[in-house]
Parts: sequence; C-alpha cells; structure tokens
Amino acid sequence: MDTSTLLATLMILIAVAYVLGRGRSIALADTSGRGYANLNSLPFYYGMLTALWCGIPSLVLVGAWLMFDATIIDQLLIQQLPDDIRSLPAAELGLVLNTINNIAEGNMVGSEPAPYMAAAADTLNRLRTTSQMAMTVAAVTCGMLLAIFAWIRINPAQKARLQVETAFKLILLACSMIAIFTTVGIVFSVIFESLRFFQSVPVFDFLFGLHWSPQMAIRADQVGSSGAFGAIPLFAGTMLISVIALIVAVPTGLMAAIYLSEYASARVRSMVKPLLEVLAGIPTVVYGFFAALTVAPFIRDSGAWTFEFLGLQMAISSESALAAGLVMGVMIIPFVSSLSDDVINAVPQSLRDGSFGLGATQSETIKQVVIPAALPGIVGGVLLAASRAIGETMIVVMAAGLAANLTANPLESVTTVTVQIVTLLVGDQEFDSPKTLAAFALGLMLFVVTLALNYFALHVVKKYREQYE
Amino acid sequence: MNKDQEQIMTTETSGQKPNTIDLVNKNLAKRYRAEKRFRFYGLASIAFGVLCLVFLFTDIIGKGHSAFLQTYVKLNVDLSAEALDISDINDPNQLAGANYQGVLKAALRERFPEVSGRRTKRKLYGTVSNGAGFEVRQMVEADPSLIGQKIDVWVHADDDIDTYYKSRAADGSGAYTGRMSEQQIGWIEALIADGAIEKRFNTTFFNAGDSREPEQAGIRGAIVGSLLTLLVTLALSFPIGVAAAVYLEEYAKKNKFTEFIEVNINNLAAVPSIIFGLLGLAIFINFFEMPRSIPLVGGFVLTLMTLPTIIISSRAAIKAVPPSIREAALGIGASKMQVILHHVLPLAMPGMLTGAIIGMAQALGETAPLLMIGMVAFIVDVPGGIADPATVLPVQIFLWSDSPERAFVERTSAAIMVLLAFLITMNALAVWLRKRLERRW
Repeated sequence: MDTSTLLATLMILIAVAYVLGRGRSIALADTSGRGYANLNSLPFYYGMLTALWCGIPSLVLVGAWLMFDATIIDQLLIQQLPDDIRSLPAAELGLVLNTINNIAEGNMVGSEPAPYMAAAADTLNRLRTTSQMAMTVAAVTCGMLLAIFAWIRINPAQKARLQVETAFKLILLACSMIAIFTTVGIVFSVIFESLRFFQSVPVFDFLFGLHWSPQMAIRADQVGSSGAFGAIPLFAGTMLISVIALIVAVPTGLMAAIYLSEYASARVRSMVKPLLEVLAGIPTVVYGFFAALTVAPFIRDSGAWTFEFLGLQMAISSESALAAGLVMGVMIIPFVSSLSDDVINAVPQSLRDGSFGLGATQSETIKQVVIPAALPGIVGGVLLAASRAIGETMIVVMAAGLAANLTANPLESVTTVTVQIVTLLVGDQEFDSPKTLAAFALGLMLFVVTLALNYFALHVVKKYREQYE
Repeated sequence: MNKDQEQIMTTETSGQKPNTIDLVNKNLAKRYRAEKRFRFYGLASIAFGVLCLVFLFTDIIGKGHSAFLQTYVKLNVDLSAEALDISDINDPNQLAGANYQGVLKAALRERFPEVSGRRTKRKLYGTVSNGAGFEVRQMVEADPSLIGQKIDVWVHADDDIDTYYKSRAADGSGAYTGRMSEQQIGWIEALIADGAIEKRFNTTFFNAGDSREPEQAGIRGAIVGSLLTLLVTLALSFPIGVAAAVYLEEYAKKNKFTEFIEVNINNLAAVPSIIFGLLGLAIFINFFEMPRSIPLVGGFVLTLMTLPTIIISSRAAIKAVPPSIREAALGIGASKMQVILHHVLPLAMPGMLTGAIIGMAQALGETAPLLMIGMVAFIVDVPGGIADPATVLPVQIFLWSDSPERAFVERTSAAIMVLLAFLITMNALAVWLRKRLERRW
C-alpha cells in the first residue's frame, strides 16, 4: 500500500492500541472490586502507554525507511547495471539513472530505450514495490508486536503515569532540539559543499579575487575556459546596496520611532504603528516587482533628464543599485523603527524627568539623554537591519542585475551574493561543477557574516536590556 | 547648552554680570525652532513611510486592476461536421480531436474576406487566443447538439488585442499598440464597431494554471500549490513549535544546554531565508533524493524557517499565563503533564495561534528558499497532492514578472493583489484573535 494509506493504517492501529490498553487496565482494576482505586494511574495513562509503544517505534521506522530507501535502491540498481555503464563518471551515471527513472515511471515517450535501460527500469519498479511492501509489513508488525507487548505488561501496580510523563517530556525535548539540528544541518551542508569548491578554487582567489565570471569550460581548449571566482565584486555590490538601504531606513526608522514613542498620542500611535508594520509584512517579491517595474524606470528616466539638463554624458542602467537599495530601505524601515521603539521605551522615565527638570526642551532631552541612553540598543537594531539587508534576496534578484561590476556608483548595475546564489542554483545543475558549488561557498560567507552580525547585535541588545532592568 | 556656559564664562571675565534668565531667554526662540524642526523630522519620517505604503498599493492596484477583466471576441463559427473534419459526432475521440482552431480561422476569414497572403492571414488568426480552439472544444463536448449549427461564440482575444482594447479610450484614442500593425488595428476597430469585442470578468485568471499565453494564464495552480505547502508547514511547525516552547518554558532548567538551544533559536530567526533554501537543497534534494518542486519539500523548508517565529511567540504566550494557575492545579494534585495539557496550553492557545498565523503569513510570502528547491518550474497542471510538482503564488509572481509580454505585467500585479489580500486577511485574523481572546491577568 502507498505511504499515506500506511500512515492512516498506523493511526488506526494506535487508536486501537489506546482503547485496548485502557480497557485492559479497567478490566484488571475491576476484578478486585474496588473500582479504579487500586490502579496506580488513571486508565487514560495505560491506554496512552500502549499507544506510545505501538506508535512511536513504527512511525520512526517509516520515517527512517522513507529517508534512506531512495539511496539504497539507487545503489542496488547501479550494481545491476552493465560494467561499462557503472564505470561512467558520476555525472553521466546520474543522467543514466534519471533516464531509467523516467522509463520506470512511464514518462518516456518516443525513442525506444536501450535494452539494459528497460531491464534496469523493470528492476527499479520491482525494487520499489518490494521496498514499499517490506516497509508496510515491517511497520505494521512492529506496531502490533510492541502494542501486544505493552498490553500484556499492564497491571495495576505499573507506574503508567510516570512512564507516559517521561515520554511526553522526551518528545518535547526532541522538538526543541530541532533548532539545534537545523543549525547543524545548515553549517554542515554549506561547509561540505564549500570544501569541495575550495578544492578546485583556492580560498584566497575566492575571497580576494577581483573578477567574477562563474563559467566552467566543457573542453580544456575552449576560449575563455577558465572561470573566475573572485567574490570581491559581489561583496562590494552587496555592501553598496545595503548601505543605500540603511541610509534610507536608519534615519527614517529612528525618527519615526522617536516621534511615535515620545510625541505621538496613544491614539495616533495605535493607528500609525500597525500601518508602518504593514510595510514589513509585504512579501519581498512584491517589493522586487515594485523596484524593477516602477522605481528603476523612474530613476532611469529622471536621471537621464537631469543629466541632459546638466549637459553631462552619462547613461543610467535600467537595473541600478539605487533602485534596489531604496526599495530595500523602505522595506526595513519598520524593522528599524520597531526595534528602536522597544529600546526607547525601555529608557526609564526618571532620566527624562531629570532632564526636563533642568529646563531642557523635549527634543534636547531626546537628543542628549534618551538617545545616548538607548544607543547600544539602537546600534543592535541597526546591525540586525544590516544583516536583514545583506541577506535579502528577491528585491536584488529582480532589480539589481547580474553584471558583476566593481563600482561604487549607485547608478550602475551591480550584483550581490544572494543574486549569484540564486542564478547559480536555479535550474538543473550537476553537483560537482565548481559553478554550482560556488553558490554554497557564497552561502557559507553569507551565513557567517549574518550570524556574526546577529550574534553581536543580540548580545548588545541583551546587555542593554539588563542595564535598565 | 555648552555655548551658553561659554557665554557665561566670557561675560563673567569681562566684568559684567548678566542674569541667567536673560541668557536663557535669548536662546529660547532658537531652541523652540530646533524643537519644531525635530518634531517635523519625526512627522516627515512617518509620512514618508506611510506614503511609500500608499504609493506601493496604488501602483500595484493601478497596474493590476485591469487583469480582472478579459477581452473576448465574438465570431460566427460554422460548427458543421465537414468544417470540423469529423465523421461520427457520437465518437468522443473524434470530438476531442476535431479541427476547432480551423473553424475559428475560417470564421475570421469569413469576417474579413479581403485578407490574403499567408503572413497577413496568420496575423489575422492571431486575433484570437491560441487556446481559443480549446474553448470551442469544451463548448461542443458539453453540448454535442451544437454540431451542424452556425453560431456566435465568444472566445478569448489574444493578449495584444486585450492590452489594446483595455488601454483604448471610448473614442478610440490613447490605445497602446505595442507590436500591432496598422492593419491589425484596423481589424480590431472594425470588430469594435460591430460590437463583437467586449470585456468580461476574467474567470480564466482564477480557474486556470500557468500558461505561456497571458490570456490563458491563471493563478489556480499557484494558489493550490501555496495552500498545500502551507498545509504541510502548519501541520509540522505548529505542533513542533508549541512542543519546543513548552519544553523551554516548563521543563528546561537554566543551564548551558538550554541556553545553547535558545541561542540557536534566536539566531535561526535572523538567518536569511535563502540559507534555508540551501539547506533544503543540500539535505532534502541532494542527500535524501526527494523530488524537486513538490509542496512536501517546500513545506519542510518553510517549517524550519518559521519554527523560530512560532517558538518565540508561543513562549511569550506561555509566559503570560500566571504562575498562580499552575500552582493551584499542582496544589489539588495534578501532575506536571496535566497542568500543561489541561491548564497552561488552553490558556496560552490564543497567543500561540496568533503566532502561528503570523508565521504562516511569513511562509506564504516567502520566495527565495523555494527557488532553491526547484519550485520555479513551469507547471501547467493544478497540483492534486503534496507530492505533485507545483509552484506557489510568490514564485508565480516572480516568474511572470520576468515575462516580456506586456499583458503579463497586469497579471503579475493582479496576482500580487491576490497574495496581499490573503496576507491582509491572515494578519487581520491574527489581530482579531488577539483582541478577542486576549486575557489580562
């Protein structure tokens, strides 16, 4: 049976186990004629215990099976292929496997496949059916046997509640560990692929090279065969766009936060704050569309007009760093403002009152007392905003362009780390060319930089909060 | 202020002794002006933010509203068996394979008999959509008695004609001609004069999957894909997130290990979403060899991405439940698990649901990680399950925004409007839920 039917079957099995376990505990309790009184725990816990014994091992089994069966089946299949096919390089072997897969699923229309492929496709289908059947049998048997085991063990003295509570706690612990596994998964997946990349491109060339053109030659004698993987233009482009975004977002966000927390009435505040936060809730792909179709042409046209007016000979690219940066700035305004708002509100009122008592105006109090007191928190917020700007993808993909120019001119088109990751990885790629692996090296850089920024920022903000608590 | 002090010192040395109040009064006007300026900067910042929002919305709506209408062309089509090139009208195979595009072409030739030459004719046939034959086929299959009649049918106009007709003012001026030739414009104007062109509500946009032809493209596939992906995300991230939050708030002792988990969660909340895409690509696609571009894998990736949000908001909700509730339950003999399941979770549920809805809204708008796991494929069919190839609404927007046809611009904007409508509904629901169920202790 297929996986979803199997899962449904297991669910029914678990429910049956619960009912049976609960029933047995009640039956055992009643023989003594004192109702539930001589049961260690409530019948619910005996039922739960049986259900847990039935469900958890079998579900784990199914999960592990689904995770690994594709890999194992592939290995078995490769062993059955003729020798000359098996000795092909990994990439071509992958192609062959793909074709076999298509034949097996009946997606192959047109040309008659090679006989060994047709045979392999049959084997593949057979292996898959066997695997699915074996999984069904194993999971159902496992669940039933363990449920029977738990059911037999039920007796009034059994500490079912304690056992269920321990299991409950362990399940909760496992769920909270997923955060750790995710981090570990991210680190390992980017580091492994990056190491493979650095085997073909030296680390130094990657970090300090001034030229980026991620092409790899198919033949050794091809013109322009050597791809260049110098990431400096990407870092510079990322910096340029992020700086433009921060120039827009930091003053605006900060001033908005100051106005809302120090001047605005509660009514205005409750109306304007959610309105600004809508800006943060708009998907980045919408900002990207807005940047590419409205802001960039506007900048190009108005810039061309200005240059003509000034009599300068300059062209503005239709994909400019300025357009992407401005729109990204608008996107992170609410981010800066809500973080600044928090820290400004955390400054004790006594500091303000002291300043007013000395005769300072409200703006003098803000500039000379509140802001200096809140500065660490604001810096932390700006750092978080910077990390958000560096990691932002869709706006730059749609509005910043692909050309890896090393320039500080915001009117030219630049490319960023995230744009290159997307361009290198979208579409079908084999996983052993430096071109694809370069994306993971870029991902590693991105992860390290944003992690450092976040860690530092969170640390600063935490320190700051403790100061006034 | 420093200036004032300096002034006091200089005047003191020169022998005169002015009143401090005079010095204060002297600068007062300037200081009030600075105060006003400062307030103005604050107001201007807020106004800038709100104006950006208003401008964004008007721009999108202005570009996209026209996509909810579609131009149709009326043709007098001869549905005789000979014209359709079929012999047996009761044979469904023949009905399916009949020459519907041919009868449409014949109808166009009949309407404009003066047209000659292969290239001009091809231009003329381009008046109606490439999928128009399919529309006639559906009509005939639904009602085979139409065969043998000569009837008026309304079919989708080609996207160029659609754009032209929509941008055309009532007196025929100001129309966007684009790639159309004078001759084509002449045909369209003739049809308009006949009353054979009209705009109707664009049902295709909501009922069809993706297509290369703007007039046949719809967002149904993307919406279903988004729903399936969100379903997977919600089914995984809500229970796991709540469980993790319960563990951290109710069980975990304050030690290095707990702190490590917390640092991890906080950092993951700020990791760029594209990194989660790389993770999904390396682990799910590469290592576990799951198929590309299916909602299941998309849901896995988005689960990992939204988990921190859900954990953080669930923890806040659990924290807000006062300790007295727990103590009262413990006092009458409840176990830890009973306290949590019977008292803490029900009381914290509104807060956790709000967090979950906000997390889902974030997942619904996410594009970058889904590009990484291959959800950018061109998929025409509406997905039927979590293991079918699919795309999602934001990715559809990204794909359409790349298309050169002008008609796709308005459809992209319209898709954005639909996406924003979903997001606003979800956020409004979260706000309503918070207001409605929030409890002050």
